[in-house]
Order: sequence, then C-alpha cells, then structure tokens
Amino acid sequence: MSSFWSATIATLVKDIRLEWRSKDALNAMLFFSLLVVVIFSFSFNPSAEESRAIAGGLVWVAFLFATVVALNQTWAREIRNQVLDAYRVSPAPPNSLFLAKVLGNFIFVAILEAVMTPLFIVFYNLRALGPAWQLIPVAVLGTWALVVNGTFFAALSLRTRSREIMLPLLLFPISIPAIQGMVEATRILLAGDGSARFWIVLLLTYDVVFTTASLALFGTVLHAE
Amino acid sequence: MKRVFPILWALTALLLAYSTYQALVVAPTEQTMGDVQRIFYYHVPSAWTAFCLFFANLFASVAYLIWKNSKADALAVASAEVGVVFCTIVLITGPIWARPVWGIWWTWDIRLTTTLVLWLIYVSYLVLRRFSDTAQTPILAAVLAIFGALDVPLVYFSIWFFRTQHPQPVMGKGGSLAPPMLHAFLINLLAFSVFGVMVCWTRYRLEVLRREVEQAQAMDSLLGSETSEKVSLPLGRSAR
Repeated sequence: MSSFWSATIATLVKDIRLEWRSKDALNAMLFFSLLVVVIFSFSFNPSAEESRAIAGGLVWVAFLFATVVALNQTWAREIRNQVLDAYRVSPAPPNSLFLAKVLGNFIFVAILEAVMTPLFIVFYNLRALGPAWQLIPVAVLGTWALVVNGTFFAALSLRTRSREIMLPLLLFPISIPAIQGMVEATRILLAGDGSARFWIVLLLTYDVVFTTASLALFGTVLHAE
Repeated sequence: MKRVFPILWALTALLLAYSTYQALVVAPTEQTMGDVQRIFYYHVPSAWTAFCLFFANLFASVAYLIWKNSKADALAVASAEVGVVFCTIVLITGPIWARPVWGIWWTWDIRLTTTLVLWLIYVSYLVLRRFSDTAQTPILAAVLAIFGALDVPLVYFSIWFFRTQHPQPVMGKGGSLAPPMLHAFLINLLAFSVFGVMVCWTRYRLEVLRREVEQAQAMDSLLGSETSEKVSLPLGRSAR
C-alpha cells in the first residue's frame, strides 16, 4: 500500500512542478473563465435579484468549460516522449497514476475557483441569503465530480482522432446530474430558499459511484490493446 | 440460418401490418384527445424497445470486458445504433403528441428528461466509436457504456427531486385503458419488440460479416495479391 501512495505522490509532485514552471494550464483556465464571466455579464446584464437566480448556472458552466481546457492538457503531456508507454510497462499500479492526475487537476481547478469566485461576486453583486458555508462542500464535491470523470474520459479519448473535441462530447452527457446538483445547490444557497441537502447528497453519491467506477476500470483503459 | 432469416422478416412485416391496422383502424378514438392519441401505440412500444436495446448494449459491453469476445462487441454496436434510432422516434413522436394535448412541445418532466439524457449518452457512445478506429475501440466503448448505465439512475433521481420540488400539472397517462385500446397497444408492443430485435439482429449480422471481410482483406494484403480475388469477393466494395 505504501508503494501505491509513494507512486501517487511522486506523480502528483511531478505534475505540480511541471505546472509551476510552465503555468500553461492555469493561465489558460484563468483567462478563459474570466472571458466567460465577462461575456455572460454582457449577454444577460442581470439585476442583483436575477443574478442570484442564474449565478449558480453561470459559475459552474464557466468552471466546467475551464476544467475541460485543463483536462485536455493533462494526458497530452504524457504522450510526448512516450511517457505513458513507459508508465504502462513500469510496475507502478495504474490507479496511483490516475489518482495523482485527479488530485493534480483538483488542485488546479480549486485554485481557479478560489481566484474566480471573488470576481464573480464583484461582477454580479452576489450576496448569499442562505447558509453560505455550505457552498464549500458543494464546491469540493462538484469539483471532484467534474475532475474525476474528466480525467477518466481524457484518458479514454487519448487514442481517438481529434481528442480535444472528444472530451467534452463524452464528459458533458455523463456530467448532467452532477451539473444539475451543483447549479441547484448553489442557486438554493444564494437565494436562501429551502435546503440544499438533497443536492449535496446527490453530489456525494455521484462522486462515490464514479470514483469507484473510474478506479475499477482505469487499468483496463490504460492497458487497452 | 440464411433460410430462416427472410421467413422471420416476412412474419415480422405481417405482424407490423396487423398491429398498424389495429392501432389506426380497430382501436376506438379517444374521447378527449381524438386521433392524436393513436401516437401512443407507436410511442410507448418504441420507448420499450429502445430501453431493451440499451440494456442489451450494457450486457454486451460487460460481456465484452469479461471475455473479450468480438461477437459481444458486434452486439453492442448493433444494439446501441438501433436503440438510438428507436429512442429518436420516441423523442420525435412525444412532442407531436404533446403539442395538441398539453399545449407545449416539451417539458422538463422526469421521463422526458431521462430519455433525452439517455439518448445523449448513447449518441456520445456512437461518436466515440466513430472517432476511434483503433483496436482498443471496443474496450473504450464498453467502459463508456458502463459509465452511462451508472449515470441513468442518478439522472432519474435528480429530476425526480427537482420536479417534486416544483410541481407540474400531472402528465401521467393516468386511468386504465379500454380493452380494445389495450389489445391494440399490446399487439403494437409485441410487433415493435420483434421489429427491434430483427433490425438489431440484421445489423449484428452485418457487423460480424464486415469484420470477417475486414480480416480477410487484412490477411489478403499480408499474403500478397495472388489470392485477392478469391478472398474479397463475397461482399466486395460494399463492405468497406
């Protein structure tokens, strides 16, 4: 078990170090979601009341698109110089590679959310009328839902033609319940109408189901020959 | 098998003709909805057939992952394609019925939304198969089918909660069917199931044949051209 975690941590540290030196994915994600915020703001021009109703949707759609930008890079890096093939023949467990990628992407998207959330609050004049602290579990579970499936489908679409288009085509239909959960929970917490408990439980279920499925099937996908 | 196949198709055509007659002529006109209610005899059997085919796809996918049997994958392709066609019929006939009866083309009702998401998932499945033409495609597609199957209950629950929070006018079929209507409905259900199985079976046979031809051609190009005419004759160009 300890070799599993040491392999995971080694891959994770490598990914973070690579990202720290280039900052490719983070910069692209940040600028991309900034553009989405500005364009949405122009297109809808909402009042404070309206923005409470639609902000949940806007925030998560922006993060979803930005996540796809990051996810497209996550495996492409390993294709260059046949790193993935080297990994395939190494004795390291496939799931530790997968888990490291998911954790890495989770950290990048979390940084993105931490930077972008204040901007959203400023641009849309948001003020939560419900218990705002519950937005934290919603954000953590929602981000995990996007990242775990996204990382898995990015690996799945690695060998397809035009894989950058493939990823959203595979990821979005499967993510519909998760997106609905995040958006509804955020809307309820911002507008303060009722309890977001069902949606948090739904997100938790989604995360547990798909994390298990991904861990069970990643080896098959990695070694698919 | 080759002899039984046309006979089965002829029987299916007869059954479909009889069920169409039952639905359009024999079944009484519904009191409030009028003739548009007859869409029900096609809509529900198509939905049933589509769901059965998607189940078949899931079983074939799991079987492929376990045994790596090429025929299981051929069944997965066939059932997904035919299932998407039937699901499309459901999504088209639904609004045609809903417009005069409910006054709206579409509502985000639980059954409608779940069917739409199911359709989206299987279209993405077909897109994956289309965009990926390597030897790993069957494995990747089978994995995606399992993910899709895990997703559907979650979609169902999320919409169920969403809609119980925001009540809508009751859209259920409600009540019980009059016996002649029930008869027409059951005949159509049977006819569509048989039709779906036959189309899927035909597609399956085509897929198996296509693979055999592909293999023969690959073998052919490996061995050189002297045997080419003998091997690639059966389906010729249409198989490519």
